[in-house]
Amino acid sequence: MIALSGLHKSFGANRVLRGVDLTVPKGESMVVIGGSGTGKSVLLKCILGLVKPDAGTIRIDGQDAASLDRDAFLARFGMLFQGGALFDSLSVWQNVAFRLLRGPGKRPKAEAREIAIEKLRRVGLKPEVADLYPAELSGGMQKRVGLARAIAAEPEIIFFDEPTTGLDPIMAGVINELIREIVVEMGATAMTITHDMTSVRAIADDVAMLHDGVIQWTGPVKDMDAAPDPYLQQFIHGRAEGPIESVR
Amino acid sequence: MILAPVAAIGRSTLAGLAALGRIAIFLVATIAAMLRPPFYLREFLQALWAIGYNSLPVVALTALFTGGALALQIYEGGARFNASQVVPSIVAIGMVRELGPVLGGLMVAARVASSIAAEIGTMKVTEQIDALVTLSTDPMRYLTVPRVLAATIALPVLVAVGDSIGILGGYLVGTGRLELNAAAYLKTTVEYLTLWDVTSGLIKGAVFGFIVALVGCYFGMNSERGAQGVGRATKSAVVTASVMILATNYLLTELFFSA
Repeated sequence: MIALSGLHKSFGANRVLRGVDLTVPKGESMVVIGGSGTGKSVLLKCILGLVKPDAGTIRIDGQDAASLDRDAFLARFGMLFQGGALFDSLSVWQNVAFRLLRGPGKRPKAEAREIAIEKLRRVGLKPEVADLYPAELSGGMQKRVGLARAIAAEPEIIFFDEPTTGLDPIMAGVINELIREIVVEMGATAMTITHDMTSVRAIADDVAMLHDGVIQWTGPVKDMDAAPDPYLQQFIHGRAEGPIESVR
Repeated sequence: MILAPVAAIGRSTLAGLAALGRIAIFLVATIAAMLRPPFYLREFLQALWAIGYNSLPVVALTALFTGGALALQIYEGGARFNASQVVPSIVAIGMVRELGPVLGGLMVAARVASSIAAEIGTMKVTEQIDALVTLSTDPMRYLTVPRVLAATIALPVLVAVGDSIGILGGYLVGTGRLELNAAAYLKTTVEYLTLWDVTSGLIKGAVFGFIVALVGCYFGMNSERGAQGVGRATKSAVVTASVMILATNYLLTELFFSA
């Protein structure tokens, strides 16, 4: 379980997070929605320790993240980055097996390659792709490789940062389906940030809307459409008129 | 109004000093990362190849032409007080003490600091550095340490090669164009060159190699977003590394040779 309480983060005068409280139950898929620049990525990066929050606590299964051993903490996470963030200098299989080729979880090279090919197959890529380099792949394939890398070491918690951004609707649908399947299959806790409502409906158990640095609304995805919150309604229906515009 | 230019000088001086301070902090972090495992041998060997072997042509050509030009200049200048026979020893001492390490360092700064800053800067803006962290890999140990170590080891070797080729350039011009006696040229070169002349140049090379990679990594890691951000990081890396090489060269020369 991930529990965030009173999370604050400012960049200079720009107060991005102003007291975020959010709980993601174990094995659930939480999707955080919100407009561009509302701090969704900062929220994920705070949890991973890539950005240091100014105040607030992050608890993973009841333990304060700040007090945990960093390597052991990160070993529990997998992350799919928005642009894939694949390492250009490494081949596809070396990207997928990155964690398996070094560090405490190091495996023999042949075994790591085998696992990488298996994970590639899981995300719908043929073994021939394994020896290509990221620059030789299309955007959709890069996302799949990023997904394979995120799940390679069987993490307990997986983060997805804008998983469908930049993809055509069909490919976006494929990625959404894959994410849903994999999260269910692995029993992992998932946290996704997106502004793609199709993605929300395909992936989420629970939804949280981040606006003005706080969680404006949170609840199960099935309650989202009937929720009275005007901010949420404006966002999910993509209306130009409403309270969010007046804030902008 | 009148004070505006003075204020601008003050601002840029302060910004320069702040950057120098941040580089110093980065240096301490790099050394700390060097002392703790894991060590990435593959990345180190790749960096050694990219920085050392691939810089050979540019360093060799620079040294060859500089050695040749130096021989011409010394011959011309020395003729004014009847001392053209000093050409071999001045070429040799000038190359190994000063021009070999400094020009080698500057060429490597242009070639390597720029490519390191651009590569790491692009990794930063495409979130590859963040991805490294999430994969339990410290970017300082994985990216910075191998490059800094490789450059520190590679540059003295490049300087040694450059010294030899520079002396050869002087020899070719001295014997071919200035009609100096070949045997006498070689004899004078060896006779007046001390071991310390050579080693001091190699030590300078190691220091310059360290600076080049450190500065390249620093600006890459601190690159701002977008193509412009990476472009600025690359430019700053080359300019800063070059200036630091020239300033450090003066300090090392003071340290090594002032009586």
